[in-house]
Amino acid sequence: MAEAALAQDSADLMLSVNNIEVVYDEVILVLRGVSLDVPKGALVTLLGPNGAGKSTTLKAISGLLGTEDGEVTRGDVIYNGVNIANGSPEKVVRDGIFQVMEGRRIIEDMTVIENLRLGAYTRKDSAARIKEDIEKVFHYFPRLKERTGLAGYLSGGEQQMLAIGRSIMSAPKMILLDEPSMGLSPLLVKEVFEIIRTLNKELGITMLLVEQNANMALKHCDYGYIMESGKIVMDGTREELLNNEDVKEFYLGGGGEERKSFKNLKSYKRRKRWL
Amino acid sequence: MNWDLLTQLLMNGLIIGALYGVVAMCFVLIYKSTQIVNFAQGEFLLIGAWVCWWFLTTWELPFVVGFLFTLAFMTVFGIVLQTVVLRPMIGEPIISVIMVTIGLSLFFQAAMKWIFGVNVQPFPKVFDVQTIEVFGMQIQTAYVMSLFISLFIMIGFAWFFKSSKHGLAMRATAFDQQVAQSLGISVKNVFAMAWAISAVVSAVAGIVIGIVNGVSDSLAFIGIKVFPAVILGGLDSIIGAIVGGVIIGLLENFAEYADGQWFQVGNMYTIAPFYVLVIILMIKPYGLFGTKDIERV
Repeated sequence: MAEAALAQDSADLMLSVNNIEVVYDEVILVLRGVSLDVPKGALVTLLGPNGAGKSTTLKAISGLLGTEDGEVTRGDVIYNGVNIANGSPEKVVRDGIFQVMEGRRIIEDMTVIENLRLGAYTRKDSAARIKEDIEKVFHYFPRLKERTGLAGYLSGGEQQMLAIGRSIMSAPKMILLDEPSMGLSPLLVKEVFEIIRTLNKELGITMLLVEQNANMALKHCDYGYIMESGKIVMDGTREELLNNEDVKEFYLGGGGEERKSFKNLKSYKRRKRWL
Repeated sequence: MNWDLLTQLLMNGLIIGALYGVVAMCFVLIYKSTQIVNFAQGEFLLIGAWVCWWFLTTWELPFVVGFLFTLAFMTVFGIVLQTVVLRPMIGEPIISVIMVTIGLSLFFQAAMKWIFGVNVQPFPKVFDVQTIEVFGMQIQTAYVMSLFISLFIMIGFAWFFKSSKHGLAMRATAFDQQVAQSLGISVKNVFAMAWAISAVVSAVAGIVIGIVNGVSDSLAFIGIKVFPAVILGGLDSIIGAIVGGVIIGLLENFAEYADGQWFQVGNMYTIAPFYVLVIILMIKPYGLFGTKDIERV
């Protein structure tokens, strides 16, 4: 009975990270047993403070860890039933997982169109099909179409849009988004998140989103994980997390009334005991 | 002033300069995509020319066939060289990699001497007409061909980097290797491709010069001549490499003219480019077209 339920479960899972440990330079233990599941078509978010290991988790999935002397030393990353832990990034992209790295990382000395064409590097489709898809990206990001110069001269928001547009050019099944809100104005953050949600819904691309901007991320996600110092400390659906007192207090701001005196600040410290 | 001589020399300068430009492009290609300063660039010309000469004399193949075989050989040679010798050097300090390429340069020069001897060997006759007249100047047929080949290669490079998928991948790798990998580009393949293209195109230049001057050790010296061209153009600019190459070609021929007419010191032809190298490094170390970082305002 339980097994049947599990099988049913794993059929709907796109990605399942099971208890992975990641070590950098063969000595620095960064992830200490992280597990998370991403169902097909979902938008899952991974929240947490700086240095919690969120980006490392994404790189462990996309295989980019290898470029930074990191390695998954325990556990596995199951994608569509296959373990892809420590796989090469090229193969992971070919298999349909595309990581949009932190800080946009577009190719500054190329034009918008050249950047988009590079997104389709692993595809074997004809030039006409790729051109069609470029138009599709312009449909979602109309303002990119007007920009004919080098991508390095785009504004921060436009660069982020280009980075996301480039990722959908690879015709991915899943996108790993690393802090799309970084360095953007609140209005732009809103716009970018709305587009992410639209892409998730309309194109059916599964998304795993790493964020510091917990308000925005929780507003748009289906399911969330919270990570601290290399471990998942809490998880739940959107509503569960939004209504959780601790999440409200530590990640969303606001919360209870007890912040008024220093005395209470101590109890505030003590309360962070979900570990 | 002896105008006839001057125009003749400048014409030569343009043609040889275009060849320098082509070799400089190959040098820049490797530098840009793999960050390796390839001191063995001149040896690519040497090997290409000797291999082609060998196909034409020992095997007595027709020129076109031998030429194509040489290109095929150089492709394999470039890939093998990258995979066997330079791939293990990835991540090592830059000075170690430079020592390796200097070592390769010495090794190949010695190997070519060992295999093919130390004498200048003339190419079998490739063209029926040795020289043709252009605007009243006598120009070697091989040089006319070389000018067309250089132009063809330059247009090919422009197309490759602007429009082809692999050219874009190479530019992406040059810009940021991690980003390239995140796009699904295999950096190792890009490196191998850069070396292969560089070896093939250099070999073409080597063959052209070999047809005119005969094949000998001095071909490797082109690899050294290319340094002033590359530094003048900017170490990481393909356009700069072409412009630098042409300027150096013109300059050394003009230096020869000036030397012959006025100074009479001898050997200006060889030395002038290196004066330029020193001056450029003093006043404009990034060259004419060297990278300027994009800054958003």
